[in-house]
Amino acid sequence: MTSWFDHTINGLIIGNIYGLLAVGLALIFGVSRLINFAHGSVYVVGAYVGWVAVSVLQTPFPVTLVLVVALTAALGIVIERFGIRPLADAPRIAPLLATIGLSFVLDQTVQILFSPDPRSVPMQVPNWRIEIGGGSIGLLDLLIGGIGITAAASLFAFLKLTKWGWAVRATALDRDAARAMGVDVDKVNRIVFAIASALGGVGGVLVGMYYNVITPTMGFEATLKGIVAEVVGGVGNVPGAIVGSLLLGLVESYGVALLGTSYRNLFAFVLLIAILVLRPNGLFASHRQLPPEPMTGTFVAPSKPVRLPVPLVAAAAALAIALPFLTENGYLIQTLTNAWLYALLGLSLTLVAGTSGQVSLGHAALLAIGGYTSALLAFNLNWPVWLTLLIGGFAAAGIGTLLVSPAFRLRGHYVSIATLGIGEIVALVILNWESVTRGPIGVAGIPPLSLFGYDLYDTNAIYWFAFALMAALALLQVRLLGSHLGRTLRAVRDDDVAARSFGIGLKRYKGLAFAFGGFFAGISGAFTAHMYSFINHETFNTQISVLALTIAILGGMGNVGGAILGSVALIGLPEIFRVAAEYRILLYGIALLLLVRFRPQGLLGTV
Amino acid sequence: MTASFPLPTTEAPRPLLEARGLVRRFGGLTAVGGVDLSISQGELVSVIGPNGAGKTTAFNLISGLDRPDEGSIRFDDIDITGRSPEAVHAAGLSRTFQHGRVFANLSVADNVLVGAHRRLKAVKPAWPIIGPVAELALALIRPPSVKAEEAALREEVREILAIFGERLLPRIDQPAYSLSYANRRRVEIARALASRPKLLLLDEPTAGMNQTETAEMLEIIADLKARGQTILLIEHKLDMVMRLSDRVIVLDDGKKIAEGAPLVVRNDPAVIEAYLGHGGVGAAADPAAPAGPASDQPVRLSA
Repeated sequence: MTSWFDHTINGLIIGNIYGLLAVGLALIFGVSRLINFAHGSVYVVGAYVGWVAVSVLQTPFPVTLVLVVALTAALGIVIERFGIRPLADAPRIAPLLATIGLSFVLDQTVQILFSPDPRSVPMQVPNWRIEIGGGSIGLLDLLIGGIGITAAASLFAFLKLTKWGWAVRATALDRDAARAMGVDVDKVNRIVFAIASALGGVGGVLVGMYYNVITPTMGFEATLKGIVAEVVGGVGNVPGAIVGSLLLGLVESYGVALLGTSYRNLFAFVLLIAILVLRPNGLFASHRQLPPEPMTGTFVAPSKPVRLPVPLVAAAAALAIALPFLTENGYLIQTLTNAWLYALLGLSLTLVAGTSGQVSLGHAALLAIGGYTSALLAFNLNWPVWLTLLIGGFAAAGIGTLLVSPAFRLRGHYVSIATLGIGEIVALVILNWESVTRGPIGVAGIPPLSLFGYDLYDTNAIYWFAFALMAALALLQVRLLGSHLGRTLRAVRDDDVAARSFGIGLKRYKGLAFAFGGFFAGISGAFTAHMYSFINHETFNTQISVLALTIAILGGMGNVGGAILGSVALIGLPEIFRVAAEYRILLYGIALLLLVRFRPQGLLGTV
Repeated sequence: MTASFPLPTTEAPRPLLEARGLVRRFGGLTAVGGVDLSISQGELVSVIGPNGAGKTTAFNLISGLDRPDEGSIRFDDIDITGRSPEAVHAAGLSRTFQHGRVFANLSVADNVLVGAHRRLKAVKPAWPIIGPVAELALALIRPPSVKAEEAALREEVREILAIFGERLLPRIDQPAYSLSYANRRRVEIARALASRPKLLLLDEPTAGMNQTETAEMLEIIADLKARGQTILLIEHKLDMVMRLSDRVIVLDDGKKIAEGAPLVVRNDPAVIEAYLGHGGVGAAADPAAPAGPASDQPVRLSA
């Protein structure tokens, strides 16, 4: 049993590393009003640069550090120049989505270059430990603490004492005023991205040494932890980010001490949701501060949606129905079945994020709720699958709406962060609630799809079932959009203040949007579970949430036909061209980046 | 006193809106410092004052977008102090916004229909879960009653838009983002009218309009008043205020410095000073005032 002293030290060290990430995020948010989801990927790059330096080039520690700082700072500058700056005039959510695309590209590039296997970073520091009381402090602990304090002190000196530090602070206070006074805000942005990325890179190499293992996938969690720490301290507040990070580190460390390692992240995300709901401006915000305006803004670019002629839609539907008779290619049919299921997810998200303006980044959780509900009811209780599918849909609608309801009062980026956190919480509950969900083993041997008492094993039958479900629900969504609810949801999206002034309660209508969309996603998740006969906590991960968002954007936000087309394009085409799995994620990242940059209204236009 | 003949008509009419001692501070700044404001059924009251006087903040406090630090607001015999904008709207108050807040991606017709949101039968039940589910079911099934209601509302939207002549009717299906600034302001007023408010709050309805358009708007507001609409108006164009108002309230620096009939207010020395400038600056500028750049406003005031 490790002592409390050790847990405290461990918490502070982890907090220190989170701090290196969170300070960077806070700096970037300060000058760009942007939550940088690519930050964790820079940290991964930092870790791998460190690994190459230590293991291949065999550099001593100070040289390793210099290499990491130089390369990640350069990467930061590239990200700012090509990823962020072109989107300066776009809606606020656009650069956020671009950073998600960038993170996919960076993570997958690292994975393709270095393989997905974990690697160990040899420790370059002697393993001396000093015994204090019941515990001990190692030299590496002191080194990490020292680097953290040095970084914070030099950052403080830079911001307070240097000319460019003043420029950074001026830009953070008022970008336009700073520009009017002759501050080169583009250069400020570049400096900030370089500093933030270098800090993140150092965090990556230190964590590699501390845990003695690095993987290409660790960036996403790092981004999340940095964001949690930043939100705790108040978004954009640099000293707040440091305090928030240390607090998060301690909460996690004590939480792990009490309940075990698998609960580590649960504590972080519960803390995130608690702060977002109770003190959305962070622990140190003054009382009754109105949320800053730049956080609002939808992703819906004004555009004229393409009106699909009814005969064309009918012809496409007829072709889709007739397809199994026209081809012997079972693989194509399976791929398109998948596309119909993703189309359901895309319909769900295009309603929530497009029509209602709540850009959800945790949509995969709804698939998981639907999938697990249906699978467990059919498996444990032998209920007929058509019924469990339906219950899965309603469970996702009900539980999903209930879970996300604390976020209904949030706006803009905060909604995305909250839904991301809620999605992670759902995944972690599934992982840890072993008595019901079987934890990491997952549920195997899920009964097959059945209809009217007949099990569906035939590829074509499953295809028709999926298509019929998707088409029926798509028509239902068209009907919803044509009713008074369609304009009400769009009014909430366009201007929630004006909407409230006309008696539109946000809770009620955001709840309706999530419930309606949740039903679609739940059905899709349930269908998938029965089709594959196996699910576990990783079946519906965050990558799927982002893929769903990419589908919705590709088709045109809020556009029903667009969601279906987007799904066929993003799911169908890579399958048909047999793109290998790791390149597929890369492709999704690039697709998202290009869309946000060049065609934010999507293929068929936003509605 | 005999209670046998209660004569309500002899009492002073109860004010529709009555705000007392409204205070709103932002950090060290007191934007609204103890303002009383009331308006009776059928009245048109204007709130004027220099920029930063606290007019829009007071509007926000009344319409529920912001909560007062002190003070109370009663509307139609209900206490609405610190209530949500939804609740204030449900009590019968609709507003427009200083800088215009139309739903950019919605068509003109849909914008106005959103104004009638509260009047829809499907929207009425406020029970948790059952209410929204019933609303969803009605929206998807659309029984004849719902269709008839929607059709009637669409007809009414055309009537409301007809108030603005040919400004909006030809553009009824265009998205609001494609409209001119002045037309967006008109859509806002149409949207507020669609809710059939007991009290209409207009925040600078003629901002950004040229003289012809302003004159047109003046006619429209006068017409609304003639139909018995109670209106609380913030406006900078003083000739318009003088012609329309039953009563004028002058705010300066978060405080009410004058209130009364337009004729009385425009000759009030405190009001003239507020528009001219304060203290030393005003005194120093005084001899030069007739020719100076500040002469614009007082000339209009006495016109």
